[in-house]
This record gives sequence, structure tokens and C-alpha cells, in this order.
Amino acid sequence: MSEQPKRPRKPVLKMVPMPEQPPEVRRRNYREVPLGYSPEQAMEEASRCLQCKNRPCVSGCPVGINIPGFIKAIADGDFRKAITVLKHDNTLPAVCGRVCPQSEQCQARCVLGKKGDPVAIGNLERFIADWERREGGMEVPELAPPTGKKVAVVGSGPAGLTVAADCVRNGHAVTVFEALHQLGGVLRYGIPEFRMPKEILDAEVGMLEKMGVEFRTDAVIGPMLSVKDLLGQFDAVYLGLGAGLPYFMGIPGENLAGVYSANEYLTRSNLMKAYLFPQYDTPIIRGRRVAVIGGGNVAMDSARTALRLGAEDVYVVYRRSRKEMPARDEEIEHAYQEGIDFHLLREPTRILGDDHGNVVGMEVIKMRLGEPDSSGRHRPIPIPGTEYAIELDVVVSALGNGANSLLTKLTPELETNRRGNIIADPETAATSIKRVYAGGDIVRGAATVILAMGDGRRAARAIHEYLTNS
Amino acid sequence: MYKIVEKDQIAPNTHLVTVEAPLVVHRARPGQFVIVMVDERSERIPYTLSGWNKEDGTITFVFNEVGRSTRKLVDCREGDSIYSVVGPLGVPLETGKVGTVVCAGGCYGIGAIVPAARAFREAGNRVISIIEARTAYLLYMEKENEDACDELIVATGDGSRGMKGFAPEAIRMLLERGEQIDEVVAMGCTFMAKTVSDATRDKQIKTIVSLSPIMVDGTGMCGCCRLDVGGETKFACVDGPFFDGHKVDWGVLSARGAAYFKQERDSIEYSYAGVRR
Ligand SMILES: Cc1cc2nc3c(=O)[nH]c(=O)nc-3n(C[C@H](O)[C@H](O)[C@H](O)COP(=O)(O)OP(=O)(O)OC[C@H]3O[C@@H](n4cnc5c(N)ncnc54)[C@H](O)[C@@H]3O)c2cc1C
Ligand SMILES: Cc1cc2nc3c(=O)[nH]c(=O)nc-3n(C[C@H](O)[C@H](O)[C@H](O)COP(=O)(O)OP(=O)(O)OC[C@H]3O[C@@H](n4cnc5c(N)ncnc54)[C@H](O)[C@@H]3O)c2cc1C
Ligand code: SF4
Ligand code: SF4
Ligand code: FES
Repeated sequence: MSEQPKRPRKPVLKMVPMPEQPPEVRRRNYREVPLGYSPEQAMEEASRCLQCKNRPCVSGCPVGINIPGFIKAIADGDFRKAITVLKHDNTLPAVCGRVCPQSEQCQARCVLGKKGDPVAIGNLERFIADWERREGGMEVPELAPPTGKKVAVVGSGPAGLTVAADCVRNGHAVTVFEALHQLGGVLRYGIPEFRMPKEILDAEVGMLEKMGVEFRTDAVIGPMLSVKDLLGQFDAVYLGLGAGLPYFMGIPGENLAGVYSANEYLTRSNLMKAYLFPQYDTPIIRGRRVAVIGGGNVAMDSARTALRLGAEDVYVVYRRSRKEMPARDEEIEHAYQEGIDFHLLREPTRILGDDHGNVVGMEVIKMRLGEPDSSGRHRPIPIPGTEYAIELDVVVSALGNGANSLLTKLTPELETNRRGNIIADPETAATSIKRVYAGGDIVRGAATVILAMGDGRRAARAIHEYLTNS
Repeated sequence: MYKIVEKDQIAPNTHLVTVEAPLVVHRARPGQFVIVMVDERSERIPYTLSGWNKEDGTITFVFNEVGRSTRKLVDCREGDSIYSVVGPLGVPLETGKVGTVVCAGGCYGIGAIVPAARAFREAGNRVISIIEARTAYLLYMEKENEDACDELIVATGDGSRGMKGFAPEAIRMLLERGEQIDEVVAMGCTFMAKTVSDATRDKQIKTIVSLSPIMVDGTGMCGCCRLDVGGETKFACVDGPFFDGHKVDWGVLSARGAAYFKQERDSIEYSYAGVRR
């Protein structure tokens, strides 16, 4: 590509739109909503990138991907090179391209965003990862010669999978222990198929297996084998347990039949495939009117799942306004398009049941926004006397997740903070127990996939250093 | 995969299964349970351990056929392998020395109570076990229960074996005969847990019941198994399955347990229609 213009072209301000399933079709099926760029579309979008010298976008990416580098390779049509650049810093690009909060991270810093649309970094990342999986043939990376050292990874979410990948590349033998019967953590049980096809996860796990990682499902560490047991059999132990404890509001009626935590609702639907009941055995209540409480990704996933389970009316009840909703912009947009009914500035006060203990409705109160709190978000304040009831069959509580104490309770030597999160060094992931490392949501509290992966990467580096020097 | 090494119908509708699960055995304690999936499409179903063998790495549980999932397990044969077994889950039953302990078992609890009775006895308690059933032919593991306790009381609803009545009547009988009971432990269906708790409420005898709400993961991640105990929400899989029977809100437990009646029926009809298998 020698005849590139000397002076930068006039920047193209419009993003190449992502082809999508139309809302009226996709709201009743589980297939992925965005269909992905064609190679031509990807190259066109990539050519919008100005290749800024100071690379502001890179500083927005928690793992510091060489964004202009991989985008340039796409623009040049060199997809193989693009994937190599991408994978240098990100082991799960097909996942991150789909679920990263790009509009707050890399794309938020893109200079093109000042005047027009930022470069669709996420879409391009997704494109190149999908290209590799479908056409490029995933190549087994080169592994360092075996070191004879053994690493146990507890939890197979993004944090654990990253540690496993990096450690096995460094020549250590890795065994991953997962409590559930399938691998992937939230990527498997939480994020629905229509947003994160499980085929991607299977391919990633398959690759790790090819690289020699041993996976043990049905292995709940703590009750089954203690951390001490693992330390007896392995040279280092990584805890990537996630934030697997659902919060409830503590309002009356929350234990009625038909009230779900988002974790349960999504686990039934995704991991247990209740949407395919009765071909699969696990049932789920297919309410006609479903309310989801919350405004994050978890709430959007639950609401959109309810729609796909056949609900006629799905409400999202959120106590602040749209602007404060923590979900990814794209998910909120998709939810609106699919016909989800947003009840903003509303807070549930109680859930109403019938004589048999089943949900029949929910009382909510209107809110107004007060002064910004310490996090900079406006604090919602109830407006007295504005309560009213909505009729419902199912309520899904998507208020977020905290630290699950299953393992930590049985491991008192492991230091945790007031909220039950494991305390780990931000650089080395070291915990209060020698040879035990931790990261991802169990350390940070519910965060993001890319942060969990970044943690995993730093931990793997520290583990490698320790194993090399010991 | 986990191999079924023994499977037996030990009473009508009651089956005993022994499965190879060496890692479960390692730390198993009385009252703990496993979650089982027969195949990839199965529900995750909890079963209480009624025994485990450190030498050959096997676990044993007893179950009653009630619906689709238990039916699937009934259809398995010795030598078959099942897809998933995870455990031991739940907080083990506390079996310290308290004095005289009554261990009551009904339905699958007749088997599940055995390790509990044994542990109480090993801790130096006097153990009176009660096993209950509607009628004599529904009883099983009498010998194992007898060996695990100091005195065994058999109770049948129709009086066809042992005393006439169920565990609550047996407890009243013990109290009438002047027995000083320090603790009662009951394992069985919700109805039994409730009636046993009712029988000891007046006398304020500590009564610990094993509860069986619907579960999914069994690790505290989903909250499906939540209960109301003494006005607090508890997750049965990680805070239980044992709770103070005098504090349990039985209404919440039974309403949540009935949440899927319609689907459970559909599921059975679907499986009998021969669409699969
Ligand atoms: C519904 C939902 C939607 C989300 N959407 C997004 C999104 O769009 N973008 C984004 O960036 N983030 C999203 N998140 C957050 C993101 O998924 C998490 O931050 C991320 O998965 C954390 O990774 P992790 O590896 O720390 O833990 P997890 O993914 O939670 O994995 C932990 C694993 O450890 C296992 N485990 C736990 N305890 C034990 C034990 N004792 N023994 C053995 N195994 C154990 C668990 O079963 C689980 O499989 C979402 C979360 C949810 C719930
Ligand atoms: C901690 C615990 C230990 C248990 N131990 C035993 C045991 O040792 N032996 C035994 O026979 N039974 C035991 N049970 C009960 C057993 O799990 C149910 O009988 C079984 O789930 C019924 O499933 P099904 O599909 O055959 O019946 P279904 O027709 O699906 O259900 C019948 C009833 O069983 C209950 N149930 C359904 N699904 C579940 C589920 N996923 N988890 C729990 N309960 C459910 C519901 O109340 C339902 O109405 C235990 C339950 C718990 C929670
Ligand atoms: S990993 Fe996430 S933040 Fe980093 S470049 Fe990719 S989409 Fe952006
Ligand atoms: S800031 Fe935007 S235009 Fe500049 S290099 Fe990054 S992606 Fe390209
Ligand atoms: S079964 Fe999911 S939290 Fe208890």
C-alpha cells in the first residue's frame, strides 16, 4: 500500500454501521444480535482510523492493546497480522470485542469521537477474532519447554482462563478447577447466547485444552479440596472465584415464588438451557409480565431474556435516570429497540403475592435525583405518596453481585476486606497466603471481563517470576 | 463421568445408588449433599449422602422417584456413568456432645440419617433413632439404623410394623415415658420436618431439620434455595441445609417448592411421550 496519501484525508465521521438482526425478529430468538462486519466493512471502518501518534485510544484500554496497530493491519487486509497484534495483549478478543464497555474505555478516547463517531474498535476486534476462528484457523501458540512446575487455577471465568493460558505458555502444568459442570464463569452462565455465543467460549476452551491445560469441572474448592490441599499438590494457586453472590433489596415479598435473582434467572436460561425446556429438564417461569430491577448489564440481559422466553411486557425498573444506567450503551439501545419498557426513577417498595405465595405484582415509588454522591452519581430520593402497583408474574432482581464466601469462609488465613473480597496486591495478585494469588471479581467486586483478564495476566507474570526464581 | 457401581430398589419407589466420586469422599461429613446431573440435559438435583467409602471412593444416597429427574436416575443401570456429581455441599451437621439426641428419618432420610446418628454416638451421645413410613413395606435400612444408634424406634402410619404413627408421635411417646431429650434432628420431606418441629415446640427442645428447597448451583451463587428463617433470608445450600425447625417460615418453603408444578408435570408428560429416549 505505497500510494497512501501524504496528507491525512479528511476524517470520515460516520462509523460503518454494524449489521444486526431486526428488533422485531431478534426479540423472540436467541441468536446473536449483531451479525458482524464483512471483510470489506471491516477494512472500510479500519481505514477511518487516523493512526494517531499519541494513541489516546490505547490509554483507554485496561490491557493496553496496540489499537492503531491491529487496525492498520485490518485496513491493509492483513488479518493474520491483526490477530497477532491483538492477541499479544488480549487472549479473548472475540469476547472483549463483544462485551467490553468500549464507549467508556478505548472508544471514549478516540479522537474521531470529538467530532463524529469514534472508530468502532470493539466491532473490529470482534471481526478479527471471528475471522481467525472461522477462517484463519486458530493456531496453537508456541509453548515454553516444560518447567515441571504445577499451577492450580480455581474458577474458569475470564480471570482464571487468562491465568491458565499464560501459565501454560510459560511451560507450567495447569489444572483448572471449576465448581459448575461447564466452564467459562459468567461468560457461560450469565451472559446470554444472543450477546455472547457459547461457540466462542467452546473454541477458546478447546484451544487451552490443546495447549495442555487440564480442566476439572464439578470441582468445588473449599468444600471438596481445601486451598491447603491444593498447595500440597501444586506450586502455586490462583483464585479467580468471581462475584457469585446475588444481592437482594431486602424489601417485603422478595422470597415469593416467581422472584428470581438475575443469577438464577440467567443460569437457568443460559447454563441449564431452560429456554429449551422440555428438551432440557430445567424449568423457568415464563411470565407474561416481567419486571427486572436494576440498570446494569445484568438487568439488560435479564430483561431481554424475559422477552425471548415469551413475555408480553417486560419492564426495567431503575431508580435513577437513563444517563446513570451503568449498562453498556449498546445494550440499553438494543433493549429499547426490542420494546422493553423502562420505568426510570422508580424504586420497588414491596413485592405483592397471592394466597399461595406467588408473585402478582410490585409496588414502586417515584424518585427524583438529588445532589451527586461521592461516586459523582445523583442520589435518588423517593417522593412520598407516589407509590403505585404494577401487575406482574415474575420479578428479577438484578442489583449486582458481591463476594461469595464459600471458599473464604473455609480458608480463614486468607485475608478479606469488609465486603468479603479477597485482598490481593494490585501488581502481583499475591494474597495473604504465600503461593496463593487472586484476581478478577473476587478481588475487585463485580467489575468487567477485561479487568478480570488484566488481573489474570499480571498474576500469571508474578506466578511465573516466583516459579522461575524458586 | 461418574460410574454407578450399585443400584437397587430397596423399597417401592425408593432407590439406593452408589457412585464412584473419589473427590467427594475426601471431605464428606454427615448431612452433606451432592448435586447430580444424569446427563447433559438434566436438572441439577441435590441428594443427601447416606454413606461414603474412603477405600473405594464411592458415595451412596437414597432417593424417591418423584418427577422427571429422579425418574432419569431410576432408568440408569449399574455400570452406567452419569454426567455430573459435585460435592460435598452444605454445612455438615454439628454432631458434638449434647446428651440424648433423637435422630428421625423419613423417606430418603431413613438412609440419610444413618451417618448423623453414628457421628452423634461416636461423640458420646445417647442416640435414639426413629424411622417412619406409611406402612411396613416402605421401610428399609433398618439394620443400618439399628447399628448406628442406642435405641431404634420404628413407626408406621398404619401400625403394620413398630408403633402406630409417625416421628412426631414417636417423639411424644419418648417424652411421655420421661426421656430427657436434648436435641432432635430430622431428615426427610418438608412435611415431616414441620410436624417434628411442631412436636417439640412446646417443650422447647432444640430441633434441627434438614430442608430441601429447590436448588440450582448449590454454591450460593443463585439464591434459588433461599428461605426465611427467623425473619432472615438464608441460602439453604451454603447456610444449611440444617436449620432451627422452630424458626423456619414453612409457607415460604412450600410456596417456593411448588413454583414449577406445571412444568414438572409437562416435563413428565414430555418424557413419557417418547420424544426422547
Ligand atoms: C449477567 C452479566 C452480564 C455481564 N455483562 C458484562 C459485559 O457486558 N461486559 C463486561 O465487561 N462485564 C460484564 N459482566 C461482568 C463480568 O462478567 C465479570 O466481571 C467477569 O466475568 C469476572 O470474571 P472472573 O473470572 O473474576 O469471575 P467469573 O466470570 O464470575 O468466574 C468465576 C468462576 O469461578 C467459579 N468458582 C467460584 N467459586 C469456586 C470454588 N470455590 N471452586 C471452584 N470454582 C469456583 C464459578 O463457578 C465461576 O465459574 C457481566 C456479568 C453478569 C453477571
Ligand atoms: C439439600 C437437599 C437434599 C436432598 N436430598 C434428597 C435425597 O437424599 N433423596 C431424595 O430422594 N431427595 C432429596 N432431596 C429432594 C430432591 O432433590 C427432589 O426430590 C428432586 O429434586 C425431585 O426432582 P424431580 O425432577 O424428580 O421431581 P420434580 O417433579 O421436578 O419435582 C418434585 C418436587 O421436588 C422439588 N424439586 C424439584 N426440582 C428440584 C431441585 N432442583 N432441587 C431441589 N428440589 C427440587 C420441588 O419441590 C418439586 O415440586 C433433597 C433436596 C435438597 C435441597
Ligand atoms: S479490550 Fe476492550 S477496552 Fe481494550 S481495545 Fe478491546 S474493546 Fe477496547
Ligand atoms: S484514537 Fe481513534 S483514530 Fe486515533 S489511533 Fe486510536 S482508534 Fe485510531
Ligand atoms: S442453590 Fe443456588 S444459591 Fe443455593
